[in-house]
Amino acid sequence: MIWEVFRRERKGQAFEHAGSLVAPDAEFAEAWAREQYGRRGESVGLWLVPRDAIRDVEDWSDEFDLKYRRVDGYSIKARLKEARERASQPREPAHG
Amino acid sequence: MNEHLSRGNQRMADRAETLLGLADDELVIGWRDSEWTGIAPMLEEDVAFSSIAQNEIGHARAVYELLADDADALAFDRSPSEYRCAPLVQLHLLDWAHTIARRWLYEVADEIRIAALRDELPVAAKIDREEVYHRLHAEMWHERLRDEPRFHDAAVELWPYALGVVLPEQRAELSTRVRLDEVEAVERGIHDEAFAALHEEMTMVRRSAPAGAQW
Amino acid sequence: MGDEQAFLEYVQGGGQVEATDWMPDEYRAKLIKFIEMHGNSELMGVLPEREWILRAPTLQRKLALTAKVQDEVGHAQLIYRVVEDLGKPRERCLADLVDGKAKFHNVFHYPTRTWGDVGVIAWLVDAAAIISQKALLKCSYAPYARIMKKICWEESFHILHGRDVILAMVTGTPEQFELVQEALNRWWGPLMQFHGNPIPKDEDPMYVWRIKSQGNEEARQQFLEGYVPQIWELGLAVPDPSLRRSDDGTWEYTEPDWNELKHVVTGHGPKTEERLAFRRRFLEQEQWVHDAVLAA
Repeated sequence: MIWEVFRRERKGQAFEHAGSLVAPDAEFAEAWAREQYGRRGESVGLWLVPRDAIRDVEDWSDEFDLKYRRVDGYSIKARLKEARERASQPREPAHG
Repeated sequence: MNEHLSRGNQRMADRAETLLGLADDELVIGWRDSEWTGIAPMLEEDVAFSSIAQNEIGHARAVYELLADDADALAFDRSPSEYRCAPLVQLHLLDWAHTIARRWLYEVADEIRIAALRDELPVAAKIDREEVYHRLHAEMWHERLRDEPRFHDAAVELWPYALGVVLPEQRAELSTRVRLDEVEAVERGIHDEAFAALHEEMTMVRRSAPAGAQW
Repeated sequence: MGDEQAFLEYVQGGGQVEATDWMPDEYRAKLIKFIEMHGNSELMGVLPEREWILRAPTLQRKLALTAKVQDEVGHAQLIYRVVEDLGKPRERCLADLVDGKAKFHNVFHYPTRTWGDVGVIAWLVDAAAIISQKALLKCSYAPYARIMKKICWEESFHILHGRDVILAMVTGTPEQFELVQEALNRWWGPLMQFHGNPIPKDEDPMYVWRIKSQGNEEARQQFLEGYVPQIWELGLAVPDPSLRRSDDGTWEYTEPDWNELKHVVTGHGPKTEERLAFRRRFLEQEQWVHDAVLAA
C-alpha cells in the first residue's frame, strides 16, 4: 500500500507533506520512512498515513461571486483619493 | 604483587581481545551488508539497510578508537589472521534469505554480547541505542518471513555460526531467544579463503599508496 | 477539460500541474519517459560506485561513499514513485530497464578503474547532474519539482565529498595526483556529452512543455563556467586543447562525439550489458522477497 509521509523539520513547525512510499504495513512504513526522511537528521517527527485514509478535497464553487470574502472584493482607491482631497478643504458644517 | 599485576594485565589483554572481536565483527558485517547498497530487493529497504551497515561501521570505528590512536590502521592494516571477527560475519552471502537471516541472528547475539560488556565498554550505551532500531528492523523481517522456507533454512544453516559470536556461557540465552536448540558452535579463530578475498579487496586501494598516505 | 492549447499556454506561463490534474496524453507520455530515465540513471549509477565502497581506503571514505550511493537509491525511490503516480508501475519500469527497452544517462555506461574515478564521479559527474537538477526545480509537473528539492540538497553533500577526495589526492603523492588526472582524461568525453546535443530550446519538446526549463547547451556552459576554473586551479589538465573561455564569457570546446553519445544511450556502452545483466540477476533472484513482503 502507498503511505504518504509528512515531516516536521523542527519543533514549532507544522508537518509538511514530504513524499510517499510503498510498504505492506505500518511497521515497514516506519522503518523505511525513518531512513528515507530522517537519516541526515532532517526531521524531528514523521506522520505516516495510508493514502486511502486521506480525504481529498479539490473543488469549490462560487456561483454568485461573493466578492466580499476576498481581498479583491473591495475597491478603495478612488474613494480614498476623494476622501483625502476633501479632508484638505474646509468642511461644510453638518445641518443639525 | 607480581601475581596481581600479571593477572591484571591478563584481564586487560582479554578485554582488549574481546573488544577487538566486537569491533571486527561490526566492521566485517558492516562491510558485508554494505555490499547490498543498490541491489537490495526493494528500494525502500535498500536505503534502510544501508543505514544499518553504516551504523555498524560507525560502531567499529568507535571501538577501534578506544583501542588505538589510528582507527584506520587498526581496521585495515592487519593481516587476515590477526582479525578477531566471528566466522558468521565473514560469510559471503549473496542472497537475501541468508543475508536477512544473518542480520536477525547477529542482532540477537549482539544484544546479549553488548549487555555483558556494558561495564567495560564506554560506548556500549550509545551503540545499544542505535542497535534498538537494528533489532526492530531484524524482528520486522523475521516476523514477515518466519513461514518462508528459504528464511527458515538459512537461519538453521547459519545457526552454528551465530553461536560462535557469543561466549559459551551466553549460548543458552541465545538459544532461548531465537528458539533453536543449541548445537556445536563454529568458533572464532577461523579465517578462510572468503575472508582472505574480502581482506584483499578491502585493502587494495589503501595498499596502493605508502603507509600514512592521506586519502 | 481537454484543451491542449490552453494547457500549453498554462505551463509556458509558469503554471504548475499536479498528479490529479488533467494533462494532454503527449505531456504525460513525455513526462513519464523523462522522469523514468532519471530514475533509471540513479539506479544504474549505483553500480559503478558500489565496487569502491568495498575498497574504500579509510573508514571515513567508506561511510561517505556508502551514504552517497544510498542517496542515489533513495532518489530512485522518490522518482519511481512519481512515475507510478503518473501511471507506470515501478515493476514495469524495472522490467523495461533490464530488458534494455529504457534509457539511462551515458555516464553510467562506462567503467570505473581506480579510486581516482571515485573522486571524479562524485565531484564532476554529480556537478553536471546537479546543474540539470537545479533547472528541474522549475519543472511544470509539481510532484517532480518537489522531489528535486530533496535530491538537490542531498547531491550537494556528494559534491563536497568528491571535492574532498580529489583534494586529498592532488595534495598527496605524485602517484595519487596521476590517478586523478588519468581518471579525468577518461571521464571528460562523457562529461561533455552528458547534457545532450545542443538542440535549440524551442525545438526541444521537454522545454516546450516546461518539463525542462533550460536548454542543453545552457547547462553545459554552466558546467564549464563553474568547474573548469576549479579543475585548472588544482593543476589538473583538461584533455581538450581547444577548451577556452572566449571574451563574451562563452566556453569554446572541441565538438563532442554525438555519435558516441547516441550509441551509448541506446544500450551499447562498454558496461551496459554487464550492468543490466547484474541488475536482472538480482531482480529475478529476489522476486520471492517482493511476493512475500508486498503481497497483502
